[in-house]
Amino acid sequence: MAQARSNRPISPHLQIWRWGPAMLVSILHRVTGNGLAFAGLGLLLWWVGAIAGGEQSYLTFTQYVWTGTGPWLSSWTAILGKLVLIGLTWAFFQHLATGLRHFVLDIGAGYELHANARWSVLTLVFSVLATALFWAFVLTSH
Amino acid sequence: MGNGTSIGRVRGLGSSHQGTHHWLASRLTAVGNLILLPYLLISLLLLPSYDFASVHGWAAQPVAATALILTFINTFYHARLGVQVMLEDYVHEAPGKLLAWVFVNFVPFAGAAFGVISVIRIALGGA
Repeated sequence: MAQARSNRPISPHLQIWRWGPAMLVSILHRVTGNGLAFAGLGLLLWWVGAIAGGEQSYLTFTQYVWTGTGPWLSSWTAILGKLVLIGLTWAFFQHLATGLRHFVLDIGAGYELHANARWSVLTLVFSVLATALFWAFVLTSH
Repeated sequence: MGNGTSIGRVRGLGSSHQGTHHWLASRLTAVGNLILLPYLLISLLLLPSYDFASVHGWAAQPVAATALILTFINTFYHARLGVQVMLEDYVHEAPGKLLAWVFVNFVPFAGAAFGVISVIRIALGGA
């Protein structure tokens, strides 16, 4: 990876490069977007379909995704369900923040190196904080 | 494809002249999501409990049901556009490319339809 010393200017190169905040949030935008598209929308469909199916199907949904009080398999999937839900919450806030960053970049602003790096890092700070606050509120008020 | 002259070899390999609509639709649905998804998350936060009666009662209200239906249309449209770009970037060979094209044109519509039908059933009774 990083071959050049950090105090020297480097040109973009296929093999000589170093991770920076901008490239991290760029690929995270794609990863979180596709995670939300497949896992997020899939889970949302299961949720709304379970509500439409009535009390019993909603109970099955909550057992497999959250409480784990159903068939033995549900005690395992409920652990996975919690991880996935928290992960999707983070993915949503990260995708939201990097999406807003793309709006700024779309109007031609925010390409200066330091501003770009700063706003990239702030999207990460925002997504972690928002996820923590969201779940703190859910778990303390319910 | 051409007959070997320089211009003949590159004809048809350029812009499809329709990328702007894809780009703009992606942004418009993003703005829609910016309204709909915070509404969904805040509504869920404010529910007194997550038992069947509370969740069903909330989703059956006209405004919540409308927002949910718009959410399914808008998120699946936005996701379809984004997943298409991802597939175009990573799937280049013939069989996979065809499957990806069929997938991205079928599945999002099926998913959105199931979501909309479910919300209608919740809102208009049944179950």
